[in-house]
Amino acid sequence: MADQSTHTKAAADGAGYWTANIRIIVISLIIWALVSFGFGILLRPMISGISVGGTDLGFWFAQQGSILVFLALIFFYAWRMNKLDREYGVEED
Amino acid sequence: MDQFTINLLFVGASFALYIGIAIWARAGSTSEFYAAGRGVHPVTNGMATAADWMSAASFIGMAGLIAFTGYDNSTFLMGWTGGYVLLALLLAPYLRKFGKFTVSEFIGDRFYSPTARIVAVICLIVASTTYVIGQMTGVGVAFGRFLEISNTSGLLIGACVVFAYAVFGGMKGVTYTQVAQYVVLIMAYTIPAVFISLQLTGNPIPALGLFGETAAAGGEGSVYLLQKLDQVVTELGFASYTEAHKDNLNMVLFTLSLMIGTAGLPHVIMRFFTVPKVSDARWSAGWALVFIALLYLTAPAVGAMARLNITNLMWPNGTSNEAVSVEAIQNDSEYNWMLTWQKTGLLDWEDKNGDGKIQYYNDQSDAMAAKAAENGWEGNELTKFNRDILVLANPEIASLPSWVIGLVAAGGLAAALSTAAGLLLAISSAVSHDLMKGQLTPNMSEKSELLSARIAMAVAIGVATILGLNPPGFAAQTVALAFGLAAASIFPALMMGIFSKRVNNVGAVSGMLAGLGFTLVYIFLHKGWLFIAGTNSFPDTVDGSLLGIQSTAIGAVGAIINFAVAYIVSMSTADTPQEIKDLVESVRVPAGAGGAVDH
Repeated sequence: MADQSTHTKAAADGAGYWTANIRIIVISLIIWALVSFGFGILLRPMISGISVGGTDLGFWFAQQGSILVFLALIFFYAWRMNKLDREYGVEED
Repeated sequence: MDQFTINLLFVGASFALYIGIAIWARAGSTSEFYAAGRGVHPVTNGMATAADWMSAASFIGMAGLIAFTGYDNSTFLMGWTGGYVLLALLLAPYLRKFGKFTVSEFIGDRFYSPTARIVAVICLIVASTTYVIGQMTGVGVAFGRFLEISNTSGLLIGACVVFAYAVFGGMKGVTYTQVAQYVVLIMAYTIPAVFISLQLTGNPIPALGLFGETAAAGGEGSVYLLQKLDQVVTELGFASYTEAHKDNLNMVLFTLSLMIGTAGLPHVIMRFFTVPKVSDARWSAGWALVFIALLYLTAPAVGAMARLNITNLMWPNGTSNEAVSVEAIQNDSEYNWMLTWQKTGLLDWEDKNGDGKIQYYNDQSDAMAAKAAENGWEGNELTKFNRDILVLANPEIASLPSWVIGLVAAGGLAAALSTAAGLLLAISSAVSHDLMKGQLTPNMSEKSELLSARIAMAVAIGVATILGLNPPGFAAQTVALAFGLAAASIFPALMMGIFSKRVNNVGAVSGMLAGLGFTLVYIFLHKGWLFIAGTNSFPDTVDGSLLGIQSTAIGAVGAIINFAVAYIVSMSTADTPQEIKDLVESVRVPAGAGGAVDH
């Protein structure tokens, strides 16, 4: 993904920042897919043994759990990226 | 005071509030008209985004679809919230850094091609107009009910109100008005849900009540609400509430379409242009989802509890005893809502076997055929129950006080109006800013730009009203089609524009055209050309469909086609120029994000 041809110090830092960002995005999206498509739909039969309020865990993930995880993911990403901006000195102002 | 007067008071008071705010914060310049001078705090912006986003589909439509289907329609819940993760991680901060007003400006600049910009404008207009059709369906239901007139008259009156309202101000007026609308709509949604949750489960928080036990049911011992619901609906021959009945492929693709579409809809993305900083764009998406989640965590409880209440009203002595009598519906106050909703033409019943009772059951079920024959039933007698009326009728079904019913009427209208206004703004800015000023007549004055924006609004609402008279589905289903179209056209272009330096002008244009073309044709083959009933070539069911995929779920496939075509075409044509690689590089880091740049 990084363009290797223009190698200044700044470009190398920029590439490091971008690679770190991509890593955080990929990890977050794996969790995003796991709770919705995974627990909520495809893996529901696997976790059906765990009962929650008159139904099973997959139903809870499909109707509530996934939404709560999505919220946590977005706030985690905003916090982590603002920290990353400062580590690489690319924050605004 | 009768219910009609109370509804009128609540709706009138809420409208006075919105119009007051719109006058107070009236847009003066084009920059304010589109992006409110970028002076909006992330929390305020999140709340306005939530109002903008939660439309008639979320407020009026969604719980009704969940109520009558159960688990299978959880896809709406996951799809319409999961998209915010994509938006926050993949688009919002970068588009804010880019620092222009509209989505198509980004596409035009990044793919260094006026053609790309025009194709993006076309994609936006197609998706947004389909979305407005869904809103108009909801507006028709809400106005029909609260003015106690037919659905069609409600739709026509609603169209005039939406138009007057959207023309009034631009984004700035709309931002603060939408904060007020959010407060009205969230109260209108949660207050009745709290009452109903207390009645049924004793728990004041509906989201917890859904998984709670039913309140003391005459010494029977307590049962979980969901178990009781499963039991009564299966006794009437309906599919169980909590089990899966749809195939995994369609569920996954449908959810994915809604998610990608959320991140590809112009009126939502535009919101992230209005925050002061890149870091604020990241927080804004989170705050928006907080305010959205308040409604989305309540919606499944509203659906399940309403379904249980309706079943109990139709079978007041339990499903194994006598059904409700026609006489009770005509005279008892707890059935008043059935008479009022009958006037809109969206609810109806018929005593087919003439026994003076209304039997509500699934007459398509083989298991029920024997029971029906034994009891002399001649088919389901609750002949019509439009899914879109459920949320609005819900407080009446649960016999809540009349001020709650008035509040819900005001909330439903707030939801439909705020989204319709946001969409019309997106359509009008696409036409006047991107198409007219950007391409056709670059020298036009600010004044004529605002005028052409308003003409575009009028045309869009006219088309949406005509098509809204015979909508391609219930409000939330029509809106789902709009998401499929946005998913297949806009989102892939935006994402590739940020995450790849290699995708070039020809690639992006071919990708968008392939994605939009495929999805639109597939939808029209199943829903009818231009949504005109009877012109479809395939039945709109999973089994009858062309690829075994429902038309509402095809957007995800369109998005994959878009990505693939753009990549293959880009690889076999010239590389992007250096200045574009630099542009992508600069969009990726927050440092140096300035104020608005207009050209």
